[in-house]
Amino acid sequence: MTWLERIYLWNIFKGMLITFSHIFKKQPTIHYPEQKRPFSPVFRGLHVLNRDEEGRERCTACGLCAVACPAEAITMEAAERLPGEENLYREEKYAAKYEINMLRCIFCGLCEEACPKDAIYLSETFAAANFTRSGFIYGKENLLIPNPKTDPEGYAKAKGK
Amino acid sequence: MSDLFKVTIDNITVEVPAGTTILQAARQIGGDVAPPAMCYYSKLQGSGGKCRTCLVEVSKGSEKDPRPMPKLVASCRTTVMDGMEVKNITSPKVQDARAGVVEMLLINHPLDCPICDQAGECHLQDLSYEHGKSGTRYEFQRRTFKKVDLGDKIQLHMTRCILCYRCVFTADQLTKEREHGVLDRGDHAQIATFIQKNLNNDFIGNVIDVCPVGALTDKTFRFKNRVWFTKPVDAHRKCSNPDCCGEVQLWMRGDEVFRVTARKDEWGEIKEASNGKTGWICNECRFDKKHITDWVIEGPTKVNRHSVISQGHYVGLEKPKETFNAVMNGRYPKLLMDIHSVSEVNKPEIDLSLLNRPAHSTDFNQ
Repeated sequence: MTWLERIYLWNIFKGMLITFSHIFKKQPTIHYPEQKRPFSPVFRGLHVLNRDEEGRERCTACGLCAVACPAEAITMEAAERLPGEENLYREEKYAAKYEINMLRCIFCGLCEEACPKDAIYLSETFAAANFTRSGFIYGKENLLIPNPKTDPEGYAKAKGK
Repeated sequence: MSDLFKVTIDNITVEVPAGTTILQAARQIGGDVAPPAMCYYSKLQGSGGKCRTCLVEVSKGSEKDPRPMPKLVASCRTTVMDGMEVKNITSPKVQDARAGVVEMLLINHPLDCPICDQAGECHLQDLSYEHGKSGTRYEFQRRTFKKVDLGDKIQLHMTRCILCYRCVFTADQLTKEREHGVLDRGDHAQIATFIQKNLNNDFIGNVIDVCPVGALTDKTFRFKNRVWFTKPVDAHRKCSNPDCCGEVQLWMRGDEVFRVTARKDEWGEIKEASNGKTGWICNECRFDKKHITDWVIEGPTKVNRHSVISQGHYVGLEKPKETFNAVMNGRYPKLLMDIHSVSEVNKPEIDLSLLNRPAHSTDFNQ
């Protein structure tokens, strides 16, 4: 090897030529938080608990999502609807507590398929971030879609329209 | 004539004593050969012959008269003859008729399995899953009733009732005075107590166990949990009532007793207790003993592997040995999050199993 070859100057120059030539090529990356890629219509992100047109919760705590869940991430407690709560819950039984452990969830979508009441959906939201693990135990307050009667903008935003 | 009759059901020959019904003979063979039964209950006299789900084809009447029976017969009410040949699952006619019967039973039955407490152990659910069609041809308004409280512990959902009369026979044969029965006729027929009279007999809770659908359900268990999330265990206690066997099945979650029922056999009927009698249990055992200290636990109930109730029962599971402790000189792994400190579900201070009624929103907002 000659001295000129040993300092690799020519090779470094060749490599840099390739690197700099990419400045003038089309970028394959996007600037994530500002720009987002379109999702497939069957994308499975974080769950939402749906409401009907009148803003009543659809979930009746039938437990089919929890029994279908391969990761055993879903738990719930049911309660009976009292007189006067008809505007809150669609059926006489509802989920008083509903919890999804997002650390366990594998986003397979089986809960969505099992649901007989169209209550649980996997949304296009993804990459939830938190400082503690406890923030990933999603209760009803994290999962429920905004009420279309009292918060139509939030509802439309959650629906993605 | 010998005492034993030879009867062939689906090409399997079995010898049974004279006077046995075809259904009982088929149950001796067991498995798929046994026709399903919605109204017949072997522990109740006079039951059967109403729902027509147990229809079978008799292709040979007997040895002496080998002519086949002209129509399908209800196997729960037809006794065997010597040399009789019966077709159940091998007959397409029977399968077709059974699909028709299921469609008929489901005409007025609401599709509220997600709410119904019987889901998972409902005979009509199993039957329609096996024989029913997914669609319905019925286009008219379904028969509906308001739900009724039969006493403070039993809930009657008349819309779910298939009029099998099992509960009426139970009340007739088990308790001194019957206070409910079937009112009206035909399409209007309904189980009722007439002027909402309470059912206050000591053994009336057994109507919940005999009900093949979710028409009669336990109010102390109402909406508390799905049966497949509870773990059934056999237990007993010394009951002060001499007619109560005290041998029950507890439906538990952790150390909480959510529901108490009688023990059931593979046909969904109440088993015989150790004293040889049918294991009916009294209302006190069923509704009031919801503390684990009230019972002597015998062990987990064997659940059929194909039942939804067996979900999450990891039978015969060998857990790998925990090695962390040994490798790290006695140090335990650091727990980054204890799920019980975060989770809102199953809070120990809210003891749902001890509530005498369904849980309401007020119970959770303490």
